[in-house]
This record gives sequence, structure tokens and C-alpha cells, in this order.
Amino acid sequence: MTDTPTADSAATPVKRKGVKRRAFLIGGVAIVGAGLFGISIADSNAAKDAKARIAGKGEHVFATWLKIGEDDSITIYSPHTDIGQGSNTGLAQMLAEELDAAWDQVRLVSAPAEPSFANVGLGRGFLGEMTGQAAIVNGIPASFLSFIARQMNLQITGGSTALRFTGQQTFQKVGAATRLALIETAAKRLNVPAAELTTQDSTVIHAKSSRALRYGELAAEAATLSLDNAPKLKDPAQYRLMRQSMQRLDIPAKVDGTAQYGMDFAVPDMRVATIMAAPVRGGKLTSVDTAPAMAIKGVEKVIKLDDAVAVIAKGYWPAISGLRALSPSFSDGGNAGISTASIFTAHDALIAKGKADNEAGEGDVKAGLGAKPMKAKYQVPFLHHAMMEPFALTAHFKDGKLNIWGGMQDPLATKMAAVEVSGLDADNVTFHPMIIGGSFGRRLPMYMEIVTQVTKLAMQLPYPVKLIWSREEEVAQGAYRPQSSAVLTASVTDKKRIAAYQNDYVQPESAEDETVFPYILPAVSRRHFAHVSNQNTGAWRSVNSTQQGFYNESFMDELAHAAGEDPVVFRRNHLKAGSRHLRVLDEVAARSGWGTPVPAGRGRGVALVESFKTIVAQVVEASVGEDGMPKVHKVTTVVDAGSIVNPDAAMAQIEGGTIMGLSSAIGEAITLDKGAVLQSNLSDYPLLTMAQSPLFQDIHFLNSGAPMGGIGEPGVPPAAPALANALFAATGKRVRNLPIKTQAKG
Amino acid sequence: MAIQTSINGKAVALSAEPDTPLLWVIREELGLTGTKFGCGVAACGACTVHVDGEPTRSCSVPVSDVAGKSITTIEGLKSADGTLHAVQKAWIAAQVPQCGYCQSGQIMAAVALIEKTGRPSDAQIDEAMTNICRCGTYPRIRKAIHAATGQAAKAQEGAV
Repeated sequence: MTDTPTADSAATPVKRKGVKRRAFLIGGVAIVGAGLFGISIADSNAAKDAKARIAGKGEHVFATWLKIGEDDSITIYSPHTDIGQGSNTGLAQMLAEELDAAWDQVRLVSAPAEPSFANVGLGRGFLGEMTGQAAIVNGIPASFLSFIARQMNLQITGGSTALRFTGQQTFQKVGAATRLALIETAAKRLNVPAAELTTQDSTVIHAKSSRALRYGELAAEAATLSLDNAPKLKDPAQYRLMRQSMQRLDIPAKVDGTAQYGMDFAVPDMRVATIMAAPVRGGKLTSVDTAPAMAIKGVEKVIKLDDAVAVIAKGYWPAISGLRALSPSFSDGGNAGISTASIFTAHDALIAKGKADNEAGEGDVKAGLGAKPMKAKYQVPFLHHAMMEPFALTAHFKDGKLNIWGGMQDPLATKMAAVEVSGLDADNVTFHPMIIGGSFGRRLPMYMEIVTQVTKLAMQLPYPVKLIWSREEEVAQGAYRPQSSAVLTASVTDKKRIAAYQNDYVQPESAEDETVFPYILPAVSRRHFAHVSNQNTGAWRSVNSTQQGFYNESFMDELAHAAGEDPVVFRRNHLKAGSRHLRVLDEVAARSGWGTPVPAGRGRGVALVESFKTIVAQVVEASVGEDGMPKVHKVTTVVDAGSIVNPDAAMAQIEGGTIMGLSSAIGEAITLDKGAVLQSNLSDYPLLTMAQSPLFQDIHFLNSGAPMGGIGEPGVPPAAPALANALFAATGKRVRNLPIKTQAKG
Repeated sequence: MAIQTSINGKAVALSAEPDTPLLWVIREELGLTGTKFGCGVAACGACTVHVDGEPTRSCSVPVSDVAGKSITTIEGLKSADGTLHAVQKAWIAAQVPQCGYCQSGQIMAAVALIEKTGRPSDAQIDEAMTNICRCGTYPRIRKAIHAATGQAAKAQEGAV
């Protein structure tokens, strides 16, 4: 696990006694909280602080996250960052549903990046998922959960958690409890029993006497009541906002150019900086002649950091021109021998040696495999997130206070990272969250070099500075999905049943807490071999489920063909009767026309992957184009996420996730030579285009009523194996190394 | 020496160095931030604007090249009374954007395509719409282009 980049650079902060690091799991990836500072355990203090920060004149705060104005305005404060996945609209739907708010009065804004807005519901959800014991978590007092969330600086967006954790654990309850307080206030004012009152469109109604009171009229008094901690939630049959395709709140500003991303922030006197870090990760800046940059009109300063050089200028163009004029020397940190090939060689050696770092499974695998098992090696490359908005943060240090503006996936952890780097007291550091132009895991708190960089620059500059990473820097200094290998071994009986299955895989972290292997087998072994390169590796949308999904679902296909069995039937035979997985698989087979003829040259492939508690099965129909590249004609997808808050927004996530999965499978790879990344821009890191995308996607949600699963990530993993399996069906060529590129060419 | 040009129907005199890419003049000198920086090498299209009606990747055009020309950015698509362009309306109806960062460029490319072809076919869309979207909104972009050009049935068929 990569440590936080601030670890070696923090000055001793004032007013803090030691910094503790706290790790917890998100999608199998350890997240390290940036620090700990003195706060009271009592939740009411957090609530008071929150109220003080957001309540204006004529505005009344309920349970931190909700503000009702006397003008009937409803403002919801979200501890999540909407990266484009639509979760903030979903959160607003959940709270407004239980509140019975008038939807056109509802506004959602980012919660301040302050400990009092730490995400308690998320902490509760994580604890429940980690322990598998929701009941235990529900027995933990809210004040303690709030304490934990604040200790972890928990304001993260990731792990497909916003609606299923924050939404269900907090926002629905806040809406319901506030509604009860408004009713109680109205009952007193109208002098009628509360039971005679109903609510609708931000109004409490007494039908008997034809009287009504607006929420705005009741808010001041209602806000003084203590809220019910366990309010009864609506029966889904009464929903009018949830399970509806409400238009996303953020979209209008994204079609007329008015949405302000971190890249767009500007203040008077601001300068623009751009930066180049050591091309070989782990290296340091050894020397640089600053004169060539200073000779460029508009360049004002060259700043040397430990492992990077930055150029400060009047605008981005002189800044990047200045940077390109420099010929800095960097050390290689002893990593010059690392290449894509050397990493795979190390992977092979680890598996051959056979000493696993983590082991899981059941049954006697050795006996089950027998003398002649089937064996196949799979390899996948580092993947770049390629968020469309390159990193851009603006920082200003003035009068002892540091302000930072931009988009990160955990605003509170971003603030705390800046606190550590600057050495300032937490009260003097403010992070202002802005709209994010894509992330997919890149802006998570464990690899926030840009926060360190912009803080260091701002602390020595007399004016505000916006640090923009060029796309070249973005590609070369990623926090990639790890390069990974797997050797899969299995034996199949003459009754076409798997007797034993072994998955030996190599990558930095174990995937055990995250990957779900849905098949019921007599003997299974999952062995993780740890290998770390010099690259920063992290969570890439759907995290371990992409590579593990590719390994297992490709190998299942190989086993089916070896057994002479249809791939859907073969999978069915290893799934539990009556299971959700089986239903999803059957549905995708039926909807895709599985088993019916395909046009000449095409093949169909199937894959079934569960991730973030959501089950997705996909059938891809593909051929090999004249250029030798895969051509995807049609994708049929069936999703069981339990239930869906916003069907159209969920649909968009599956559509886009599928395209991202296909994109990575077909053409994406970060490769290394001499310890440095070879790719330089989107021109040599090809993302799928409109023309390469499938013209037809049929997506269907089953809504089984199981506990709500995630939706942002689960659409990604099945695409790569379903495509590889389709190409095998079309050409007889098995692709075991990604990206596919022209490997299936005849 | 100032470069004379017209942005969104307004004559402007630009003071930027002549080699400065049009993108940075639009964003930093004129403060029109709807046009985005994505790659700097004309690979992604997030910076697409119209130069004399032609879709142009502004990150790779020196501002000196647009002297005397007429430039339209996403901010200039609305009509004078603030009404959204039909393509922008179609984008909202189809709920196209996710992160939204590439969408100004996508919309500018789509408007240019529609102005040129009237009712673009799927093949014409594939050929013209080469802007990158990492969120994978392509199916909805296609649907919105069809819808904006009265090809509702096609929008349905191309729909997911």
C-alpha cells in the first residue's frame, strides 16, 4: 500500500499531539486517514459547529445535513462529491422523499470540508460491510459513529457507497425525522392531534379544517426540537421521488458552460503553475537551470521541490512553455531497472516459488486438481484513470490562512493533507470543494501529490496560485490500476463439473475482501502473491473486480469449452439453485438471444461478475474488424442492484461503465521502461471513441429487493471477459493478455 | 499588437502573445471557462469551438491564426434572450452529461455536424463525433443528436 504522500513532508503541526493513521477498507483498498486532531466525542458539538457554518438569517438547520429557509427553500448538504455518477441527485431524492419536500425547492450543495460534516452514515455502512453484522453496527451509538467518521476524516466518495450507505443510513432518516418535527410543530400551532396531519410538497396539511402550514413557517420552531433517532421510513409503495428518473440537478450547468470545475477557478492576482515530477517514480530533482524558463515572457518564477520542478507564470501557456524549456535532472531512486517485462517476470517467479501472502478458499484443492489439471496464465497492464479534467487546484496563503479550491474525492481528507503539509492549525486551512471533471478513483486521498505540491507552492508565494497538471504529467504520474498476473488451474470431471479451482494472482494488494466468486465448487483456492513496483497504484473504477472478473470469467469460459459445454449452461451448473446470480444469468441469456445464430464472423461471449453487492451479467456480440481490432456490435446487460433510486441515472452508469470496461479491454495500457511510463498523452493512451462503441446496448434491471448494491462501479468488470469470450467464439483465439488490440486477428 | 477577432458576436482586441493557443486566450484572457482544457494536443476535443463555423480544437490553434475570424464558444450558443440552443435542450432531455467536462466540446462538435448535414446518420455521427468522453456518454450523445434533428424514432432505436 502506498503511504499518503504527505508522510515525509509534513512539518510539525501546532496544537496536535502526534499524528495517528487510521486505515479502513474501501473496495479492498486501504485508505489512510490523514490524521487525528482534538475533537470532542459528543455529537451535539459537531452539530453545533455544523449549524454555525451554514445557517444564515431565516435559515434553520436539521441534523447537520438539511437546512430549511423561512422562504421554503430546502438546502441539502452532501458529504459526497458528485463525479458525474449522479449520486447527489439520488441523495437529494432520498432525503426529499422522506421529508415530503417540494422537489422544485430542493437544492443540493457540497458540505463544508470540516470534521463536523464527516460522514457518519458512510462509517456505519463500512463497519457493517466489514463485519458483515449490520445489527452490531446498529447497536453502536450515533455519537460514537460520528466520532469514528471524524477521526477518519471521512468524507470520501468511492466504493459505490453514496446511496446505499449515506443515503440509507443518514439521508432518509434525516428527512423522515425532520418531517416528524415539522408535524409536531404544526400540531401545536393548529392545536390538533399530530395524527390528523399529513404532509405534501413542503406543507403540513390539516384536511379536516382545511388548514395548511408551509415548512418555511414551521422551520424555526421545529429546529429547536430534538429529532427522532429512528424514525419510521416510508413504505416504497408511497414513493413519489425515489425510484423515479428525476432529472439530474447538475446537468443544466453542464450543457451551457457555466459549471465551474477546479480547472475554471480564478481569483484576482492569481498566477498559474505547472509542474513536472521525477519521470522515474521514486526519483528526486537533482539539478535544473532555471534560465531557459525565466527567458519566456510571462514566466515569473521557477520553484524546485524535492522531487519536482514547477514554473509559475501569468497563464498556463507561458507556464507550460517555460516548463518545456527546462532540462531538469532527476535521480531514478534505484528504479531504473523496472519495466513492464521485469514486473511480469517477477510475478512469474513469485507464483513459481509458491509462497502466498494471503490464502483463502475451501476444500481439498490439491486432491481435486489431480494429475492433469487445466492451467492458463492471464496478464493485465497498469491502467490510467484518464479523467477528462486534469488535476487543477488553486491555493492562497494569506494572513496565516490557507484556502484551497478544486475537486477531490474526499474534501475533508484533502483539507487534512494540506494541514499536515503546511504545518498550520486545522482552523486555518479551508478546502472549498468544486465540481469534478471525472475521477474514477484517481482523486482519492491516498495519492494526493497535487495537494502537497500546491500547498508547498502557495506557502512560499505572495499571491494565489492555480497548479494545473498537463495531460502529459497526468498520464505519467498516475495512480494506476495495478499491473497484475494470474495463473488459474482447474480440473473438470467427465460429468462436466469443476472438481477444484485455483486462482493464484500477483498484485500489490489482496483482492480477498472485495472479489466475489459466485460458483459453488467442491474445492477452491485463492492465493495472493504481493508484488510492488515503483508505481503508484490505486483504486481504478470497480477496483479489483476488473482484473479478477477478467481472470475468472475468461477461465470459466475456457473450462466450459474444454468440457464441451455451452458457457451459460456450464455456469448455471455451478450456481446455487434459486440464487440471484442464476436469475441474472438466465435473464441475460434470454434477452441476448443466447444460443440463436449470429451473423457470420461474429461470436457471443458471456460474463457474470458481482461487485459492490451488485450482480451484473453481460453478453457481448463481437467480431474482428478489418484492422484486426475487436468490433463490438451489441451488448446485453442485466443488473441486480437490489433496488434503484434513480433508474435513468443508474442506466447511465451501466452504459458508461460498460464503455469504460470495453475501452480498457480493447486498447488501454500503461507500460514502463527504465522505471518510467512510456505513454505521454491521450494520443498514445487510446480511449474508446463513439465509432468504436457498441451501437446497441440493452440494459435491464431486475430489482430483486435484496439490500441495495452500488451502481457507479459494477457496470465495468464484465465487459473485458465477455468481449474476450465473444472473440473466442468468433475466431477460436483465446485472449489472455489485455489489452486485446489485434490479438484476435485471423 | 492586439489581435482583432470576434467572440460570440462581440468584437474583441486580444493582447495575448501570438503563439498562445486560442484555448488559453478564451479561458484566461476572456474568462470564458466553458471551453475546457483536456489534453493540449487536439486528441480529446474538450476544447472544441467554432471558428467561422468550423469545429476547431482550440488548444492547438495559435491565436494569431484566428485574426479577423469569428469564434463561437459554448457560452455563445444560447440565443440573445437566454433560450438554450436546440442541441443543448436535447442534451438535457437525454440526460447526456455525467462528469460533464467534455460536454461543451461534444455539443460544439454536434452543432457543427448538424449545421453541415441537417440530419446526420449514425455513420456520419461516428465520423464526425471524435471527441473523447471517459464517462462513456456516447449512446446518449447519439440519441440527443438524433432527437435534436427530429429523428425521434432513430433516437429510440439507438437508445440503450
